[in-house]
Amino acid sequence: MFRLFKRKSYPEFWKQHIEKVSKSKNYTNYETIRFVALDTETTGFDYDNDRILCIGAIAIKNNKIKVNDSFEVYIKQDVFNKETVKIHGIRRNGNEVKVSEEEALIKFIEYLDDAIIIAHHTKFDITMINEALKRINVGPLRSKQLDTNFIHKKIATENQFKKLFSLDELCKIYNVKMHDRHTASGDALITAYLFLKLTTKYKKNNALNLTELIRTNYYLSS
Amino acid sequence: MKNTIAERILDFLKGYPPFNLIPKITLLEIAKNVEIHYFEKDQIIFSQNDNPHEHFYMVYEGAVRLYRFAEDKKHVLDICDEGDLFGLRPLIMKENYLMGAAANEETILYSIPINIFNDIILNFPKVSQFLIASFATNTRDPFSEKHKGKLFANIEAIKKVENNFIEAQSAKYTRNPITCPPSISVQEAAIIMTKNVINSIVVTKNKIPIGIITDKDMRTKIGTGLFKITDKAASIMTQPVITFPENITVAEAQIARLKHKVSHLCITKDGTNTSELVGILSEHDLNLIQGNNPLLLIKEIKLAKDAETLKYIRSKAAELTKGYIEQEIPIYFVTKVISEINTAITKRAIELSIKEIGRKPPVAYSWFAVGSQGRKEQLLMTDQDNALVFENVEEEQYESVKSYFLNLATKVTEKLNIVGFDYCPANIMASNPKWCSSIDEWKQQFKEWIKDPIPEKILLSIIFFDFELIYGNQELYDEMAKSVLKYIRKNQIFLSFLGKVTLDNPPPLGFFKQFLVEQDGENKDNFDIKSRAIRPLVDAARIFSLYHGLQINNTIARYEKLMEVEPQNKDLFESCSNSFKILLQFRTSQGLTNNDTGRYVDINNLSKADRLKLKSCFNPIKNVQEALKLRFKTSQIS
Repeated sequence: MFRLFKRKSYPEFWKQHIEKVSKSKNYTNYETIRFVALDTETTGFDYDNDRILCIGAIAIKNNKIKVNDSFEVYIKQDVFNKETVKIHGIRRNGNEVKVSEEEALIKFIEYLDDAIIIAHHTKFDITMINEALKRINVGPLRSKQLDTNFIHKKIATENQFKKLFSLDELCKIYNVKMHDRHTASGDALITAYLFLKLTTKYKKNNALNLTELIRTNYYLSS
Repeated sequence: MKNTIAERILDFLKGYPPFNLIPKITLLEIAKNVEIHYFEKDQIIFSQNDNPHEHFYMVYEGAVRLYRFAEDKKHVLDICDEGDLFGLRPLIMKENYLMGAAANEETILYSIPINIFNDIILNFPKVSQFLIASFATNTRDPFSEKHKGKLFANIEAIKKVENNFIEAQSAKYTRNPITCPPSISVQEAAIIMTKNVINSIVVTKNKIPIGIITDKDMRTKIGTGLFKITDKAASIMTQPVITFPENITVAEAQIARLKHKVSHLCITKDGTNTSELVGILSEHDLNLIQGNNPLLLIKEIKLAKDAETLKYIRSKAAELTKGYIEQEIPIYFVTKVISEINTAITKRAIELSIKEIGRKPPVAYSWFAVGSQGRKEQLLMTDQDNALVFENVEEEQYESVKSYFLNLATKVTEKLNIVGFDYCPANIMASNPKWCSSIDEWKQQFKEWIKDPIPEKILLSIIFFDFELIYGNQELYDEMAKSVLKYIRKNQIFLSFLGKVTLDNPPPLGFFKQFLVEQDGENKDNFDIKSRAIRPLVDAARIFSLYHGLQINNTIARYEKLMEVEPQNKDLFESCSNSFKILLQFRTSQGLTNNDTGRYVDINNLSKADRLKLKSCFNPIKNVQEALKLRFKTSQIS
């Protein structure tokens, strides 16, 4: 029923999100930028019908992964797909404390603050999140976004023409141990490791600044 | 809320010391506050002389080299690999980094905030003990000279935590005891004692304790009419008093009372009998404290009627050792208590044997222990190593005197064997005619060993020059000990030979920082902790002590005295002493676990903590061997 009425004003958390991202002063200096590596586990790959089950994220600042600045939330969903349970291991009535989609999104947006998102195949995770935001009449996310895939492609010397690399492939190339693969937090941490290694490599030939990094996003810009 | 990442970090941390000593709930707090850093090969983590970071580091993946510049040359000091900690010391001591750290290969580090860790050091004594053990060795390094004694800025707080062990506890003594001057009469002293309801009074002169009068003195000296109540207090006081410093522990107090057979110990400001009296520690004070087990054991030994009883008591002592080691009571106290028990057993075995013979010894003699028993470093049951010396006698008497003592020695060694001390395979026992001789024969032998140090004589010197009186005549023992020091003074080259033998035993780490393990035989691939790690330290202590003419046999006591005698090498000797304590404790706990002598250690079955602990003891070995090489010019001996 709500959808019939177009909201004139956004809820408080969303207003703040827009303001934080647009007014942030942290982007000019690489050392002050807060990156958030994130990953979602979903019931499937259909943007319209599948749902987010879990969001895991961890912050990176000044080349350090901050364990005390991490985020993990499990979401109650009516949609259930027993096929993907095999991958992510989140059961319909598992032991995790689950919250509603709205509560999870609000918490996540608050955690996100003015951070720049880094993910692997970012487009998928962000679209899933945006679809969820749409269901509570906000969105899309205003945060700047990066993708490990594209940063890699920018510095890779081999397989230049391969379009996409899987997370497993990148882990192999950059020698990142794959613990907790296919849990949101585990994949977020792996993404964070990859990001540290990628930016260190990247830095060798390029001054590390955000504009350059964002420019790796030519596939992503929508 | 679930925190998968912190849990994974916890899983890693808990596999390595000192984190394995921290309960999970506390460790999770640490894990939650870890920061993860990535370094490419050769990237610098911190440089020498940098201000300390707010974190210390643990290698998660990769390896880190620690290096130091000295005289413009870079020295790589250590390579840390997975699970190793580094960069902690400067944070605890609030000093700049003494060395630089750089990634030796691509490396991921966990950085752990020091402010969280400080609380842990305070709350978990095992953690601080681990850190003390792993820091122990670095004291030798010249650049850490000035940090000695303040490994931890808050060492007092740490000490307090450790003190929940009774034997290592500071004994609670009576402060400001009642005193009297030596010039007052016995009657006046008795009145003061009666008024204050005390059973002893300390006689002081300018606040310095010079004697003590107890109820017993009143009974045996006044009651019997030996002295009059008008005589001066000084005439009946027991003197000198046995004095100790304020931090005397229960174990030390118990041992002192046994040794000196006194009921009261005086506590003075600096522990000597020439400083101000601050308190008195009576038998009663000690009995108030639980844990007087060793005392009871020694009482039982004194009453034992046969060897079987002694064996039973010795097995109780083994239990005691086990308990001490488990509780991590400082090894220094443990060795003292166990040595006292072994000494008491030997004494009792001698008394029982004399009774059996039914004839008192014809002349003065003394029974002494040699080797590790002589050094009082025996914790587990090992072989007997003993010898006997008797007074010089006329030629015609010699045969009968010697046969008496051989007979006695045979009976004693039999009893000790029953108790559990195996016969010495090299037959270094008083029952061997060679090691049961008159004082002149002994001196002659010592002289020959020192003058003509061929290899087998050097081996004998090493065993016999650590000899300690167990029972009998003190003068004979002193005469022997002095003769050794005299001959050595005249033949300093002997020390170079001793040094040479020691140096044939190289430091225990191989080129790739691997433990040197046995190449063949029954103990193939095991680490011989006795000959590779403990013996080099024992040998070095002996050589330096003989050099300085010190009549001390215990390795720890030797190093402590050497620290005084050579203040310029205080750090070296202190690190040796610390390492020795750790190794001895290690060997003992190994022995107790495997029910053997603890000599061979299976490196592959060691926890990372133990491996680190062992490794940390090896630097001092290397350093003291270098010092021997220089001091005694061993390279000139072929």
